[in-house]
Amino acid sequence: MQTIAQNIRWYRSQFDEFEKSLNGEKTNYIHTLRRDAIQRFSELGFPTNRQEDWRFINIAPITSKEFKPVFRYDSKGIKKQDLQKYLIDKAIQLVFIDGMFSPEYSTNNAAAQKSYTDSLSAALIKNTVEIKSNLGRQVTGTENAFTALNAAFLQDGAYVSIPAGVKLEHPIQFLFVATDSQNIYTTQPRNLVVVNTDAQLNIIETYVGLGENTYLTNSVSEVFIAEGAKVEYDKFQIESPNSYHIGTLNIKMGNSSQFISNAFSFGGAIVRNNITAMLDAEGSECTLNGLSLGKGQQIVDNHTAIDHAKPNCQSHELYKAILDGESRGIFNGKIFVRKDAQKTDAKQTNRTLLLSDNATINAKPQLEIFADDVKCTHGATIGQLDADQLFYLRSRGIDLSSARAILTTAFAGDVINRVRIESLRNQLDQVIQESLL
Amino acid sequence: MNLLEIRNLHASVQGNEILHGIDLTVKAGEIHAIMGPNGSGKSTLAGVLAGKEAYNITEGEINYLGVNLLDMDPEERAREGLFLAFQYPVEIPGVNNTYFLKAALNAIRKHKGLDELDAIDFLAHIKKKIKLVEMDESFLSRPVNEGFSGGEKKRNEILQMAVLEPKLSILDETDSGLDIDALRIVSEGVNKLRSNNNATVVVTHYQRLLNYIVPDYVHVLVDGRIVKSGGKDLALKLEELGYDWVREEVVQTV
Repeated sequence: MQTIAQNIRWYRSQFDEFEKSLNGEKTNYIHTLRRDAIQRFSELGFPTNRQEDWRFINIAPITSKEFKPVFRYDSKGIKKQDLQKYLIDKAIQLVFIDGMFSPEYSTNNAAAQKSYTDSLSAALIKNTVEIKSNLGRQVTGTENAFTALNAAFLQDGAYVSIPAGVKLEHPIQFLFVATDSQNIYTTQPRNLVVVNTDAQLNIIETYVGLGENTYLTNSVSEVFIAEGAKVEYDKFQIESPNSYHIGTLNIKMGNSSQFISNAFSFGGAIVRNNITAMLDAEGSECTLNGLSLGKGQQIVDNHTAIDHAKPNCQSHELYKAILDGESRGIFNGKIFVRKDAQKTDAKQTNRTLLLSDNATINAKPQLEIFADDVKCTHGATIGQLDADQLFYLRSRGIDLSSARAILTTAFAGDVINRVRIESLRNQLDQVIQESLL
Repeated sequence: MNLLEIRNLHASVQGNEILHGIDLTVKAGEIHAIMGPNGSGKSTLAGVLAGKEAYNITEGEINYLGVNLLDMDPEERAREGLFLAFQYPVEIPGVNNTYFLKAALNAIRKHKGLDELDAIDFLAHIKKKIKLVEMDESFLSRPVNEGFSGGEKKRNEILQMAVLEPKLSILDETDSGLDIDALRIVSEGVNKLRSNNNATVVVTHYQRLLNYIVPDYVHVLVDGRIVKSGGKDLALKLEELGYDWVREEVVQTV
């Protein structure tokens, strides 16, 4: 067991090593940000069950290990065919191997430039005003030890900047591949997405693990959506059964903008998603959907927060979980409606299917409403497969296990079918079908 | 040939005996009507035949095609050609009607040693059948029974019957909740599916349905027992005199 002091000492020593690997960058503002972050990490320490937001999740398996941060790109542990099944048709693909941008596996640079994408590492060198004014503005590294750690080792990830009025037909995919060439290591993907006025795009963040090794993915994504812009942001996470994934996604919405998140958490020993949407502009519409699959002793924890700060905004939320074995699901859905946010329309739904007697779910809707002319609803259901539906299917000749699979697929399909991109829907369906075998 | 032989069937739900000794034999080519007042055990009998788990068989036996029906799972019964048209068809959101029917038909075909139909062949098959119940093809792409009206649900049951081509169909109060047009459509569908190789048991409350689906035999179920059997005229007499008439007759014979 690691003590807090041991954790801090370990990551500080890793930070010293990381600093040594950086040539001549130590004086710029990004590095100041990193230094501040490692300092904050030391002050915060990893969260414990005594903190309300971490009450139901036991992260001791993460804090008890000394994960080695990856600083350098190495593509030896990978083959093209390993990636194939996770790539999205027609998408601009930014591939990251163990957290570092891979020019060789990504859509080639010329096309990528026209498509307004770059690796964050390249973008940091260019150091534009846009990066400077946005990076770290939503996720500051003060939230908890994980965002602090991400900022401290901030090095690579995806950068997307869509100019005003540009509507991209095809999605942009960030594919983060964890190889099994190392064990007990950690990556800190950092993504920055800036969508200017009336622009439109679909992003797909994919996290895959190629082996069964132990590692920690600790990602942070910041999305800035300007007035009238529309963004669908899909996240498909399917990592090593012995991996840990902490994912933070913050969204800042402009007037009359739209944002849809579809988050699929399918693999990993512990998966924790923190999604925070700031609706600090009038007439914006935010949709957060999620589907978790848990088996064995997996823990899947989704914490969402939607902050209605201005009038006439809508939010819709549907989070579902299918839990088998001794897995544990956690859903915490915060909705804040500030004093100014009159005419807010917020709806939250949380449904869990428990396939075994030993699976558990902790569902916690948390609505804090300070305005008086609003419509807010929430509902949580927890149950097993419906006995009448099972009998109906069986009475038509369908065997029990197929009937269970049909109903489970339908339960999952309710979220999967909300994804716009067919090739992603097919990948998600495939995982569901394999999980039912 | 006897399709179904029920001998001295006693069934209970949560310790309460509902059926107190039913005897019934159904041969291929026949239509039997089981009539009775509310709570007489009609739906229990239908449920027992289909294999609903809630029922406990305490005595008696059911032979179906010469084998013990009670040993079979619901899906095995269906694959052997037994079909229950539900009184309350279940809504299954997220499961496409076509997908469901194809899965059902292929499970049955596989059991019979036939090739499974692919999507194209199945569609051709079902398009023929859907005309039989005068349903719009748009119902095929909708989730099973979700948002269907009462009449649409019943028609969907008969569509399933048409697709699966059962040997023994049990229609459990298929007429309840049907308007006169839907009643005609459903009945015509059932009549067209009738052959010398299959049989139908119509469970109903009212004589009305039997104007359309004309039974060979009518059985009156009262308090969990068949108290009277006869031809189709018996149904007319029941309509005229009510079930109390049979009840009184039973009392007198006792």
